[in-house]
Amino acid sequence: MKVFVAVKRVIDYNVKIRVKPDHSDVDLTSVKMAMNPFCEIAVEEAVRLKEKGVATEIVAVTVGPKAAQEQLRTALALGADRAIHVDTSAETDERVESLGAAKALARLVEEEQPGLVILGKQAIDTDNNQTGQMLAALTGLPQGTFASAVDVDGEKVQVTREIDGGLQTVELTLPAIVTTDLRLNEPRYAKLPDIMKAKKKPLDVKTPADLGVSVGSRVKLVKVEPPAERQGGVKVGSVDELVDKLKNEAKVIS
Amino acid sequence: MTSVTERDSMDFDVVIVGAGPSGLAAACRLMQQANAAEQELTVCVVEKGSEVGAHILSGAVFEPRALAELFPDWEERGAPLTTPAIRDELYLLKDAEKAQKLPNALVPKSMHNTGGDMPRYVISAGNLCRWLAEQAEGLGVEIFPGFAAQEAIIEEGVVKGILIGDMGVGADGAPKDSYMPGMELRAKYTLFAEGARGHIGKRLIQKYDLAAGKDPQHYGIGLKELWDIPAEQHEPGLVLHGSGWPLDKSTHGGWFLYHAENQQVVVGLIMDLSYQNPWLSPFDEFQRMKHHPVLAKHLEGGKRVAYGARAIVKGGLNCLPKMTFPGGLLIGCDAGTLNFAKIKGLHTAMKSGLVAAEAVFEAIAGGDEGGQELTAFTEKWEASWAYAELKESASFGPAIHKYGTVGGGAYNFVNQLLGGKLPNVHDTTPDHAALKPAAECEKIDYPKPDGKLSFDKLSSVFLSNTNHEEDQPCHLRLADPELPIRDNLPTYAEPASRYCPAGVYEVIEGDDGKPQFQINFQNCVHCKTCDIKDPAQNITWVAPEGGGGPNYPNM
Repeated sequence: MKVFVAVKRVIDYNVKIRVKPDHSDVDLTSVKMAMNPFCEIAVEEAVRLKEKGVATEIVAVTVGPKAAQEQLRTALALGADRAIHVDTSAETDERVESLGAAKALARLVEEEQPGLVILGKQAIDTDNNQTGQMLAALTGLPQGTFASAVDVDGEKVQVTREIDGGLQTVELTLPAIVTTDLRLNEPRYAKLPDIMKAKKKPLDVKTPADLGVSVGSRVKLVKVEPPAERQGGVKVGSVDELVDKLKNEAKVIS
Repeated sequence: MTSVTERDSMDFDVVIVGAGPSGLAAACRLMQQANAAEQELTVCVVEKGSEVGAHILSGAVFEPRALAELFPDWEERGAPLTTPAIRDELYLLKDAEKAQKLPNALVPKSMHNTGGDMPRYVISAGNLCRWLAEQAEGLGVEIFPGFAAQEAIIEEGVVKGILIGDMGVGADGAPKDSYMPGMELRAKYTLFAEGARGHIGKRLIQKYDLAAGKDPQHYGIGLKELWDIPAEQHEPGLVLHGSGWPLDKSTHGGWFLYHAENQQVVVGLIMDLSYQNPWLSPFDEFQRMKHHPVLAKHLEGGKRVAYGARAIVKGGLNCLPKMTFPGGLLIGCDAGTLNFAKIKGLHTAMKSGLVAAEAVFEAIAGGDEGGQELTAFTEKWEASWAYAELKESASFGPAIHKYGTVGGGAYNFVNQLLGGKLPNVHDTTPDHAALKPAAECEKIDYPKPDGKLSFDKLSSVFLSNTNHEEDQPCHLRLADPELPIRDNLPTYAEPASRYCPAGVYEVIEGDDGKPQFQINFQNCVHCKTCDIKDPAQNITWVAPEGGGGPNYPNM
């Protein structure tokens, strides 16, 4: 079975987000970028399926700028067999919206006919949680989102979903779409020789036009605000002072 | 090898430890020569940072001499040198309010950044390294960020390569699910380019007695911040240096403030680690320094966007160890090639990398199977302009240590007029031995940060984007775990909590009411100051799991 894994290039989770001085967007100048952590989990799951003999080929796909090929190389180093880059740099900047990505992925699914598509449940930059669901809608394939366990059995896949207050297991008929949650697995580290081999694995580049889709923005980003800065605390000298401040300054007790 | 794990091994012609200016310059030059000679050569660079540039921190005003030797067409290749230095200003701060601007004629000529035959540039060394890494990869170098060299492989007295640190080891030392044993990377020659106080370089210097006959190495701690400032305050290419306040007379150091590209200013303090007062806190000196009107006027209304710190090696030629040993070389700040008289090290570090690459390639091209001591390097190095520079300024730092900032400055001014003919000055006290007992020193009451120009330590570390996998063994090793509380606390009031710029060390009250020494290694910005300054030399910095540490942007 062929498995598709979608990966996204995002700001590294260790980096403290900075807003541009004109509040037009997040400042990505000289900022470390990395593979979205949920996508890492998706890649890991695909690799485990291949190790179990369930998957025969893993295709890593990204829809994004030229630099996103770095993340495809990471996926190849982790165990993907080949990669497809839908290069959006001619059409848009770093920002690719969920619908644009889903449309491009849908066309690739149509072309390549994978048995399973695994995506991260959301990307940590925009936190949309949409692409997997949109892809399911566009392709008409069944979806199992927020997966914490994935068991492929013949023509079926059982997906354990993390839902409010518990777990839900759904059974889908393949081909199907799965989006990963945090507890699905713990991704491995890439090995050094595999990183070297990854440079030689095939990586096809396509444009949205090649696929007959448009990934242009449909959403206008109006303003980005950083969270309010935390006010420093004060030390009070006595219980009386504390009570006084709570009453008269903070006005939380009366 | 210390463990019985089956390790995979890979062979290269050359392995380089550290993707900094010297390591990357060496990598590029090696491949240039191999490509020109149409000879196959495998060169691999390992870097402990999560990406190239993540652990690079420097001023920096850059002299492009070595870069131009490596890539004469660096401009067409898009090297990130966009802001020529246009004006130099040098200040002596008298106190918290007053300052004297020194006329250019009285400034040692090595410190001039404008005029002269070569333009200098205000750059981000991190971005320079990112660009160099692209060039290197284009030439065929394999670069592996996120892989930390843990130790040198030494067999029968010959360096044969390096061992990469294991990944996925828990705090208790037991392997976790994600365990991946580190590989052996074997090479004909291994170049160590770890930067100041490299943890493997330190052991090689000891093992091969490379510092024999040299003065003990001297270090400084550099603290740096990056600020976005209002457009109307921005003067790209303006270069300010100064010394004096807030440092006392026995503490040497100086500050810098450069106007870089993109409406950014970098500001920093470099303080010699030969300071005596254990109550001193380099971090707090830096924070209060920014309130001086000479500096504050550039920063006011701006927003701090990044913070970091790194030890620098500044002993110069008197302290420069032998750089060769069987099977390898120490290059750049791992050896100590910085020219403190110029307040610059990037150009000499790169030059040492170029010379190393030439010596190594010559040997390999001549059929050398590796493992030799490349004495040809030493000849080439001593004939280079970089060595000549270091020779001319050998007394610069020691004179300041001996005669103070003003007296030493005068010595250097006269010495440079005389072309370096004054007798050489030495400083033979190691930095860690310079501390006086706390009881003999004045306690320093640092002002509280105002949250506008000055900040507390933890909110600063936050801006270094530092992260370490929490569940791993502590990478700051204490030879004697009891020593900090038993000896350092009563004698020196345990200075680690003050010299560490990242809040790694704390003396806290334990459950039993007794003081305890706590190490918050996750905060570590890999500056190496503790390894240098601990008065008992009880702390050893080793590399944590690859990819950990700061994630500096354009620092």
